[in-house]
Amino acid sequence: MKLMKEFTKGFIKENPVFVMALGLCPTLAVTTSVENAIGMGFAATFVLVFSNIFISLIKNFIPAKVRIPAYIVVIASFVTIIDMVMHAFVPALHKNLGLFIPLIVVNCIILGRAEAFAGKNNVIRSIFDGLGMGIGFTIAIIVIGAIREILGAGQLLGFDVLPQTYKPVLVAILAPGAFLVMGLLMGLMNLKKK
Amino acid sequence: MKLQILSIFIATIFTHNIALTYLLGMCPFISLSRSLKTAWGMGLSVIFVVTLTGALNWIIYHWILVPTQSELISYIVFIIVIAASVQLLEMILEKFLPGLQVSFGIFLPLITVNCVVLAVSLFMVIRDYNFIQTVVFAFGSAVGWTLAITIVAAIKEKLSLSGDVPKGLQGAGITMVIAGIVALTFLGFAGMVAIQ
Repeated sequence: MKLMKEFTKGFIKENPVFVMALGLCPTLAVTTSVENAIGMGFAATFVLVFSNIFISLIKNFIPAKVRIPAYIVVIASFVTIIDMVMHAFVPALHKNLGLFIPLIVVNCIILGRAEAFAGKNNVIRSIFDGLGMGIGFTIAIIVIGAIREILGAGQLLGFDVLPQTYKPVLVAILAPGAFLVMGLLMGLMNLKKK
Repeated sequence: MKLQILSIFIATIFTHNIALTYLLGMCPFISLSRSLKTAWGMGLSVIFVVTLTGALNWIIYHWILVPTQSELISYIVFIIVIAASVQLLEMILEKFLPGLQVSFGIFLPLITVNCVVLAVSLFMVIRDYNFIQTVVFAFGSAVGWTLAITIVAAIKEKLSLSGDVPKGLQGAGITMVIAGIVALTFLGFAGMVAIQ
């Protein structure tokens, strides 16, 4: 029962993007389409789960003073792995995401979970925490990606979803659109909460 | 050659602004743009660290990693260099310039996880910059980031005086909207200079 709670808290209650405003760089930058968002979500979840496992395994051997650099090195190693895997199996997606795969290293969600959860809890709970947070992150960026893709291209996952007469608002898939969509979504979430 | 360096510098500040075009360094951008003073303090530390680590990483990448064919571990090496220089800088400041440490100090540990720093090192590899280009690119990117965060912080300060922000948007929401509008104006610079 408790494990289930660790798993589901990342979906909505402690959603890393909407509630804690963490990991904003990929949230804003790769959400130009749903496909990119799914790829990014998958890569980040992979790194999150494996770095959580590894850090919770070695937590007793790391001196407290150097724990942050140690965590970052662990995270960077898993990012290197997922970078090579994606380069080999999904080269087109890898090219689209470009710089943002290596930048998972400095994604605050992952370091945040390592510091706040995996460094203090056992392996099983850390796995569930990582999976839940990863899925919460993925849900959030897919939502933003979907809104931007529909507004900016009139498409969803590459298929036309709006009638031909719809003129795409190009700015939604440009950088300013990311800020505006995200800002308004956050505003909506806040209104709902009150 | 000189012209190219100048165009890199202008591009990194206006047309390819690292915060408003590439959307990098967003976590501190949103959380630290509350007041002009914090934005400026963070900006100065970012300029310093980014230029330093950009130069260091270029040297390490081209003199050590490439000759030994170990580009594979470049992400790990870059992030270690960044974390180490931030730590070192903190210690140096504490020892020799305690005055600066007070105004700078709180921002320094945060810089390790500022994606601008790592992104500059990655860009320099992808775009195959030489040493001078790297330094100019790193410096320009950081100046561009500082420009963007100070503009947003200044607008927010002004807005807090008039105080009519819709209820839900207060906090991070309005910062995003302001940043969006600033990014929109920066689109106006597009096409001024081109970099590869």
